[in-house]
Amino acid sequence: MTDAAHPPAHPVIPTASGAEILLRALKDQGVDVIFGYPGGSVLPIYDALFNQNAIRHILVRHEQAAVHAAEGYARSTGRVGVVLVTSGPGATNAVTGLADALLDSIPIVCLTGQVPTHLIGNDAFQEADTTGITRPATKHNYLVKRSGDLARIIHEAFYVARSGRPGPVVIDLPKDILIGKAPYTPPAETPHRSYRPRTEPDTALIARAVAMLKSARRPMIYTGGGVINAGPAASAALARFVHKTGFPCTNTLMGLGAFPASDPQFLGMLGMHGTYEANLAMHGCDVLLNVGARFDDRVTGRLNAFSPDSRKIHIDIDPSSINKNVPVELPIVGDAGRALEALLAAWDADPTPVDRPAIATWWRQIDTWRGNNCLRFTQPHEPGSIIKPQYAIQRLYELTRAVKQDIFITTEVGQHQMWAAQYFKFEQPNHWMTSGGLGTMGYGLPAAMGVQIAHPDALVIDIAGEASILMNIQEMGTLSQYRLPVKVFILNNEYMGMVRQWQELLHGSRYSESYSAALPDFVKLADAYGAVGLRAKSVDELDGVIREMLACDRTVIADIAVDPKENCYPMIPSGAAHNEMILGSESAGGVAGVTDEGKVLV
Amino acid sequence: MAQDSNNGYRTATIAVLVDNEPGILARVVGLFSGRGYNIDSLTVAAVEDNGQRSRINIVTSGTEMVIEQIKAQLDRLVPVHRVSDLSKDGPHLAREMMMIKIICPHQDGGGGNRAEALRLADAFRARVVDASTESFVFEMTGATDKLDAFVELMRPLGLAEVSRTGVAAIARGTRVI
Repeated sequence: MTDAAHPPAHPVIPTASGAEILLRALKDQGVDVIFGYPGGSVLPIYDALFNQNAIRHILVRHEQAAVHAAEGYARSTGRVGVVLVTSGPGATNAVTGLADALLDSIPIVCLTGQVPTHLIGNDAFQEADTTGITRPATKHNYLVKRSGDLARIIHEAFYVARSGRPGPVVIDLPKDILIGKAPYTPPAETPHRSYRPRTEPDTALIARAVAMLKSARRPMIYTGGGVINAGPAASAALARFVHKTGFPCTNTLMGLGAFPASDPQFLGMLGMHGTYEANLAMHGCDVLLNVGARFDDRVTGRLNAFSPDSRKIHIDIDPSSINKNVPVELPIVGDAGRALEALLAAWDADPTPVDRPAIATWWRQIDTWRGNNCLRFTQPHEPGSIIKPQYAIQRLYELTRAVKQDIFITTEVGQHQMWAAQYFKFEQPNHWMTSGGLGTMGYGLPAAMGVQIAHPDALVIDIAGEASILMNIQEMGTLSQYRLPVKVFILNNEYMGMVRQWQELLHGSRYSESYSAALPDFVKLADAYGAVGLRAKSVDELDGVIREMLACDRTVIADIAVDPKENCYPMIPSGAAHNEMILGSESAGGVAGVTDEGKVLV
Repeated sequence: MAQDSNNGYRTATIAVLVDNEPGILARVVGLFSGRGYNIDSLTVAAVEDNGQRSRINIVTSGTEMVIEQIKAQLDRLVPVHRVSDLSKDGPHLAREMMMIKIICPHQDGGGGNRAEALRLADAFRARVVDASTESFVFEMTGATDKLDAFVELMRPLGLAEVSRTGVAAIARGTRVI
């Protein structure tokens, strides 16, 4: 012990083990929960965890789920999610989660065990080249080779994970580093020596952006996950900017919730399964403002036909996202929130009026597209009628309006994910967690787990498909252990629905390996894990099941049998342009015209 | 392929100043292979701060949009301090060093080849750094196309082996990375 008033004349000889230093650094970074799974090389950390109460450890059932849970935690709180796994298989199992967090820009610090330094490279038991394997799946990674570097690297990893465009960071920890004594250093107050992403936008460029926007006759605002990552204040600034300009706004899948879905200026999600009005407005606009989105291929469709007549402004915190897929006239590097605040200020400072008559004409055009009511579907209501999946989500949304709790939605990947994005309306950021970039089936259940840990009193629903849910179904054990009242809402169409849809539309209805054979009885499965299982087989049973699920204070699996033939529309077929979208099965014949070049695209 | 309004294909010499830490070269090379960029030449060595920092010189080629993308991707790697596009930012010098082995025995009428190889080496300012009755090793420094030209001239004279360093480059004048 040293007396703070009388600092020692000589450097302190470290007395704490590496594992203790690690926990101290995590505590200093504000970490209150870790998602993990023990193993030989990380036993010293588990020993140190055993001796303290500040950091809670959530024991998952598979390392992939630990990362997704940390992603759910991070996305719903805006904080860095922390994962702890052992060496070898522990680390390799985590790779899918890391790649998922990389593509969706989610801040994660993943601590991986490693064999002791003197055994590295010897093909030791449970050894893997973790930094080598995770290099392309992380924003950055570290192998700690000296005890003296441990604390600094941990602090730096948190800085890298949350700064600039956020992402996952791996710290590989050899066992001897964890056992040996290590000195502690607090987080550095000096800027990082090389990684200093630009957050403040250039004011001259912002002024040019405003001039371009004010000259617009058919403007469009398109925003993505960057606005969500910039914090709730950025979403509020977006809403102010959209209202001030009177321009239409669309969100990407990652950006849903940044702008209130109920707002009349919201055109819905854009892209492959986006709304007719959002996609046609993208195609027809003359000035396009992109804030924190990356012109992903799901959004652009065929690149050479993407928004052909628009002058484009792209605001992004990651310079490599600009001019990657789509050349833009005005690139602006900066944080989405700062940029939106700057745009608001510059808008007021620029006396030029907008062309109101032209914009009113543009809105009339948009309203004509809206009149198409592209998300319409027909649900027969006679008792015994099969449930349309869209109707199931719509009723889930409507019945949750009466719920007083904060509501968070996670999804797996496939048709149910797109229907959730289309029919569940999000009013605020950080309440929608879905695997956008990597498209990881099995994401939703562990993500919901992480959200529920962060928000114990909230209503957390995983909208799932029967195929996706089985990819991480083992996490029912974790939900049971920690009594997490997550609701799993399965749209069960007995198919890998999106695969089936593509096979129907592009591969002559040859349903190769896409049927979900030998499904478990989900009600019994819930029971086996100590949860509540419910089932709705026809439309007359749906509301009752949803109500019972919402009223239950335990983990629930609601198995909703939906129409197996239903396809997800609207749809821009791969290789097609925004204005070539298919509105429903009646016009799906046009898909037969998809070229081989289009088929190559996924 | 990315949409590109400027289809001009160009060669770029990019200098990257990085922290000299384990894995940095794998990070840079992995970036190029993972994203399908070309590497025509790559050199790396510690250059400053007592070996704490290294300089990587990369010669690559692609459309203007791809080269801008390569620079942005390099710049966002955490251990990267600076990225400079030498071939775009102004005049620069680019040199590589080569050692080239010619096998042309004195016997069997090879004497003419030996004399010719020496004459050409002299004209190209290549130095003889090793000689035997059956071979020469020339050392030569210069721009890539000059080295290429010398290799072609040596081919009929008994060219046996070439070892090149790849390009090291630096800006002319007062400009620094």
